[in-house]
Amino acid sequence: MADTLNFELVSPEKLLLSEEVASVTVPGTEGDFTVFAQHAPVLSTMRPGVVDVQKDSGEERIFVRGGFAEVNPAGLTILAEEAIPMADLDRDRLAQHIQDAQEDVDDAQDEEKKRLAQETLDHLKQLEMAL
Amino acid sequence: MASLKDLRNRIASVKATQKITKAMQMVAAAKLRRAQEAAEAARPYSERMASVLANLASGLEGNDNASPLLAGTGKEDVHLLVVATAERGLCGGFNSNISRLARDHTQQLLSEGKTVKILCVGKKGFDVLKRSYASLIIDVVDLREVKQVGFNDANAIGQRVLKMFEDGEFDVCTLFFSRFQSVISQVPTALPLIPAKVEQEEDAEPLDLQGAVYDYEPEEQEILDTLLPRNVSVQIFRGLLENAASEQGARMSAMDNATRNAGDMIDKLTLSYNRQRQAQITKELIEIISGAEAL
Repeated sequence: MADTLNFELVSPEKLLLSEEVASVTVPGTEGDFTVFAQHAPVLSTMRPGVVDVQKDSGEERIFVRGGFAEVNPAGLTILAEEAIPMADLDRDRLAQHIQDAQEDVDDAQDEEKKRLAQETLDHLKQLEMAL
Repeated sequence: MASLKDLRNRIASVKATQKITKAMQMVAAAKLRRAQEAAEAARPYSERMASVLANLASGLEGNDNASPLLAGTGKEDVHLLVVATAERGLCGGFNSNISRLARDHTQQLLSEGKTVKILCVGKKGFDVLKRSYASLIIDVVDLREVKQVGFNDANAIGQRVLKMFEDGEFDVCTLFFSRFQSVISQVPTALPLIPAKVEQEEDAEPLDLQGAVYDYEPEEQEILDTLLPRNVSVQIFRGLLENAASEQGARMSAMDNATRNAGDMIDKLTLSYNRQRQAQITKELIEIISGAEAL
């Protein structure tokens, strides 16, 4: 492993992760992408999904509920709205998220908002299947 | 002159008070540590947010269709003041300092002929402000049930502010809170929320992109549009955390003072109690002696 990527995962409450990793797969709004060291600068929004961190010591999977990912020469920073390690994620919590998303869809006023909320809901449902 | 019994009672009561203030001080110290940790843990997020935002905003400067959250509505007739205070008293000048700053601000805006709306977060600020500006207060957000301020609490307030902004209910929004400097010093601060004040942290160096250009996914404008509303919530969250730490800090030093004052008072009361006791003994002796002499 010649190059390592400086990866930081922060949620509003705290800095969750800050370490050197091999690669990170980010669930971008317009598709997943994997970031290695020396990646070109990118700024992307994220959909709810799983961040897959590859380290020398193994793999770590973390569920994030949307947010932003920024790649710059210094490394990758993920600003997550909420982040839960996959190991701690249980069905009840996910079910809660799905319920919230469903309410968003029902409450949405215009088409655009409804579409966005529906997308979020779909992602969450997919995730539930995968669990 | 108070009797011996009165003095004894006074001393006992001041001692009881001292015990309470001492306990409150220790509780505040423990809570302060937690609040401070929470505030520090939240700092990376808002710092990164600010730098991402600054990067984006500088790229879009001079753009005509910039989001009103960044550029403002073009007017500043209606001001919304979000005043964050504590839910509890007995913390020195903490609540009144924030309220005073908000009140001075309101006064100034009113004298300039602007419309002011106030959203109180926390009961204590509301108690003070309702005396002079009851008609301006639109609502009070109650956080009494909340032990540790979470992002969700801040987000709820943020969403509300944004909703009002979208409905065109105000043009400028300012957040009032107390910045935590140290246990003995908390600075009441007015922070502009909308339009967002974008600036780099002072010690942040501009990133050297080595000639590379940022790739935006989706478009810059779209990212900014999602980022800005989040920024409002993040700033509120940060304000609330700073506030929580400040409150405990203020309470700690206020209770420290109170404990010390109680100690001084006990000393003074004990002194006069002893004097009086001696005087009484002397008086009784004189009575006995002069009684014996008379025989």
